Amino acid sequence: MPKKVHVQTTINGEAVEYLCEPRQSLLEVLRDVLHLTGAKEGCNNGNCGACSVILDGRLVNSCLVLGAELEGKSLETIEGLAEPEQLHPIQDAFLENAALQCGICTPGFIMAAKALLDQNPNPTEHEIRYWLAGNLCRCTGYDKIVRAVQDAAQTTS
Amino acid sequence: MRAFEYVPAKTVAEATSLLAEKGDQAKPLAGGTDLIVMVRENRRQLDRMVDIKDLPETNVLSYSPDTGLELGAAVPCHEIYADGAISAAYPGLIDAAKIIGGTAIQGRASVGGNLCNASPAADTIPPLIVLGAICVIAGPDGSTREVPAEQFCTAPGQTVLENGELLVSFKIPPPPKNSSSFYLRFIPRNEMDIAVVGAGASVVLDDAKTSIVSARISLAAVAPTPLFAEEVSDSLAGKEISDESINAAAEAAQAIASPISDMRGTAEQRTHLVGVLTRRALNGAIQRVKEA
Repeated sequence: MPKKVHVQTTINGEAVEYLCEPRQSLLEVLRDVLHLTGAKEGCNNGNCGACSVILDGRLVNSCLVLGAELEGKSLETIEGLAEPEQLHPIQDAFLENAALQCGICTPGFIMAAKALLDQNPNPTEHEIRYWLAGNLCRCTGYDKIVRAVQDAAQTTS
Repeated sequence: MRAFEYVPAKTVAEATSLLAEKGDQAKPLAGGTDLIVMVRENRRQLDRMVDIKDLPETNVLSYSPDTGLELGAAVPCHEIYADGAISAAYPGLIDAAKIIGGTAIQGRASVGGNLCNASPAADTIPPLIVLGAICVIAGPDGSTREVPAEQFCTAPGQTVLENGELLVSFKIPPPPKNSSSFYLRFIPRNEMDIAVVGAGASVVLDDAKTSIVSARISLAAVAPTPLFAEEVSDSLAGKEISDESINAAAEAAQAIASPISDMRGTAEQRTHLVGVLTRRALNGAIQRVKEA
């Protein structure tokens, strides 16, 4: 069996090191090694977006990244968003707009929305819908999610 | 998933020798959006993944109107369409880079990986073909060879790459005067799907923009490999732009398509789509020249 890989990386602004098997995805490392269980496993093949995280400033599916690839990189996950006493404005907007039901897709949607607003603070509804096309929700019908992102854009910009 | 080894290569020479050592049990890893899924689902078994994302040669993204585009095989889609000059020069390639998967896929997936995966339905391959892209391949003995994009795929999932060879980059010639390109596909949804049929076209028009000097047409998902419709393309040279000439090309493209029926569509539907999409790709490229 190939040796475990030693990885030094930055997660939510903090230096982190871990050992992982080369075959472990970043999603598995986050959930099973680091116990950061915010990113969810939905399809495990890049279709659903429930595992979305921001890697070196770009939105990616953590199920399609190897944990071993994180050496020297910088990762943002849902766990890094809220302050101890205050939710992130996107999280507030999701609550205010009732943009979730079962909640499994929510961390992925919020990370995807953050990646969008980081680079485009005032997206159109069309831009929001296309940007979020890789995130699936089987409860809400998407309208409330889109409205939450529009609200968050107004609050943050 | 079977255990495998992960090795980030530091140089092209190291990458090709790491690949050559393991033969078909080793694969280069770029964005991983196809490879990681294939290995996880046991459709592909590997002893070694060689990460080729940190090499300067596979990350090059450099455009000049005189020499054209040099595109590293590992450059993710989002970096390509974020570049205004490249988007203006090669709109057909951008059409494809923007519709592969969703945002998170485009953050990782590369044009080089899309080509090496060699799906007949790959969206970026028809644009590479119509833009005259040349694939630069490094061999394990330090050699380099060049293969035109239309010759790279040999069967579904199969390419010209020999043991230890690595696709390093593409060279795409500068767009000629009065030229443009276009790619579109048919899918039953608005986004996040695989082409039922795809069509790419590039055209060079005369100065009056009323006649076609030359054209290139390429089709996806209607043959075992992405198809370069060479004779159909050549038949447009010197033709006046008219419904008649465009329709004739669309019909000729239908005649060379050999689609199968599968879960995405029937052969009959695909043959119909080849006509519609060839027409739209040609008209789309022509329109872009006229608007420039």
